[in-house]
Amino acid sequence: DIISTVEFNHTGELLATGDKGGRVVIFQREPESKNAPHSQGEYDVYSTFQSHEPEFDYLKSLEIEEKINKIKWLPQQNAAHSLLSTNDKTIKLWKITERDKRPEGYNLKDEEGKLKDLSTVTSLQPMDLMVEVSPRRIFANGHTYHINSISVNSDCETYMSADDLRINLWHLAITDRSFNIVDIKPANMEDLTEVITASEFHPHHCNLFVYSSSKGSLRLCDMRAAALCDKHSKLFEEPEDPSNRSFFSEIISSVSDVKFSHSGRYMLTRDYLTVKVWDLNMEARPIETYQVHDYLRSKLCSLYESDCIFDKFECAWNGSDSVIMTGAYNNFFRMFDRNTKRDVTLEASRESSKPRAVLKPRRVCVGGKRRRDDISVDSLDFTKKILHTAWHPAENIIAIAATNNLYIFQDKVNSDMH
Amino acid sequence: MLSKGLKRKREEEEKEEALSVDSWWLDQSHPAVAQTPPTVASSSLFDLSVLKLHHSLRQSEPDLRHLVLVVNTLRRIQASMEPTATLPPVPMPPTAPSVADSLLASSDAGLSASMASLLEDLNHIEDLNQVPQPQADEGPPGRSIGGVSPNLGALDLLGPATGCLLDDGLEGLFEDIDTSMYDSELWLPASEGLKPGPENGPAKEETPELDEAELDYLMDVLVGTQALERPPGPGR
Repeated sequence: DIISTVEFNHTGELLATGDKGGRVVIFQREPESKNAPHSQGEYDVYSTFQSHEPEFDYLKSLEIEEKINKIKWLPQQNAAHSLLSTNDKTIKLWKITERDKRPEGYNLKDEEGKLKDLSTVTSLQPMDLMVEVSPRRIFANGHTYHINSISVNSDCETYMSADDLRINLWHLAITDRSFNIVDIKPANMEDLTEVITASEFHPHHCNLFVYSSSKGSLRLCDMRAAALCDKHSKLFEEPEDPSNRSFFSEIISSVSDVKFSHSGRYMLTRDYLTVKVWDLNMEARPIETYQVHDYLRSKLCSLYESDCIFDKFECAWNGSDSVIMTGAYNNFFRMFDRNTKRDVTLEASRESSKPRAVLKPRRVCVGGKRRRDDISVDSLDFTKKILHTAWHPAENIIAIAATNNLYIFQDKVNSDMH
Repeated sequence: MLSKGLKRKREEEEKEEALSVDSWWLDQSHPAVAQTPPTVASSSLFDLSVLKLHHSLRQSEPDLRHLVLVVNTLRRIQASMEPTATLPPVPMPPTAPSVADSLLASSDAGLSASMASLLEDLNHIEDLNQVPQPQADEGPPGRSIGGVSPNLGALDLLGPATGCLLDDGLEGLFEDIDTSMYDSELWLPASEGLKPGPENGPAKEETPELDEAELDYLMDVLVGTQALERPPGPGR
């Protein structure tokens, strides 16, 4: 099925994917062993479960899709792992536990009625590892519109969920109540001109969160300032470039993803053609802008016609916040090194990469001189889009979702973060 | 008249090529473009946007982001097609449709009015669904949503037979709902319990006073009874 979200847990040991059919598949990294050097640190399937089912709203004759929009891991607090998964309307908390022992020998008497030796009664015997997943909480009926983001707070007690017009704050242990902290729904729906596209809590400050809009702005909100955070603390917005104005300016400025850096000092945003790095201390404009596929700028009309212009790409930081990554079309994904200012285009496809082979950088040529392996803009496959990517929190391992295939790439040469 | 002639000319010239020459206004090497930002859109771009808007609104639950972006783009195009620069680019003031009337085809003005009233209806639907259902305590900070089932949904307000947008307000909402269920002998007010029988007198009179809880109960019951026996109702 088509993968709709990818997320590493906080240690990188586990990788969760959600798909359009409501399933969650969790991969676990195998511990490195000397016996099989080739399978050092590779990911194998750990658990699969059905998170959401299609639902039917009888009152409005509407089907609620089971597609998993987002998965977020909770920080691990005991032997069990927990994650939140959400579809358009309902968020669920899942607990993942392991069982590798089972009690045996309950009876005090054996078959002939003689008392068993007490030292043999009820012992824990090893068994094949069993991974058990159970739903612990179901957070329903909190959203009128479609949920696009969830984010766990650094306090590990609360989390937020955002739909097109509202953001709610939940307590992880309480399902029948949530607090509305942002509401941009206008009094008259005919005045609606902007929607919320993504939101995230600050990684360290439990009172701060950011949300992005379809008009390309970011709003940083402080929950200490007011119960209802309709008034932002900071507004990050870049003025429109007059030389690049077109009828599609607003659509391509719509932010599809926002991510805080691990340091908490910066934010990364993705709009249709660029990724931008923002400094929390500067609202006027981003400090860095990287062109993902500027060759599409002259094709905006046909991309509008095909609806491709509405595609929502995600973005990711590496563990040290020195490299950023995002997906593109033709199963290409791009990485930008913020320090060296170098960038690379790679492809995630079976044809172009054999297992454990080194990926070859790709190039899109816009006209003029064309090298042998270049792809021309007109032969790009716009149905092959890499919307969902994730980067291991500490190592150079990335997970790329290409439609219904998951690719995991490791940088064996440069395992350490720079 | 001048604008009509202009429009016709553009259509003839650019109808075939509108999409392939989409870069003409962005081509920086074109001297005219470098100085003047695009002010006039081809009418085919406008038609495309209108088509998208229609398509978006026809979904049972339209993607709000897509809808808002298309509407805003359409407004930009509409604004650029007006020769008078004084018109605000973020329109939908009440006078805009009448001004637009003289310049654009009448269907566009109807579109504007329908769009406005449609979005207004979205407002009404949600207010309707948020009739208070207190299932949780009101928390002191913020606004508690509790167990309310606020589903906007049902944005498909198009009448089944008509192809155009709905503009007759709230009444149009209920055109699609099969009210024969409410009138059938199987339905009784919740207080009297449920038993089939020819007691549809009180049912008919009480239909307008259904509140949210009774509606939910009713739907549960109907789905249950429908599964058990399929009454031959007039129209489905």
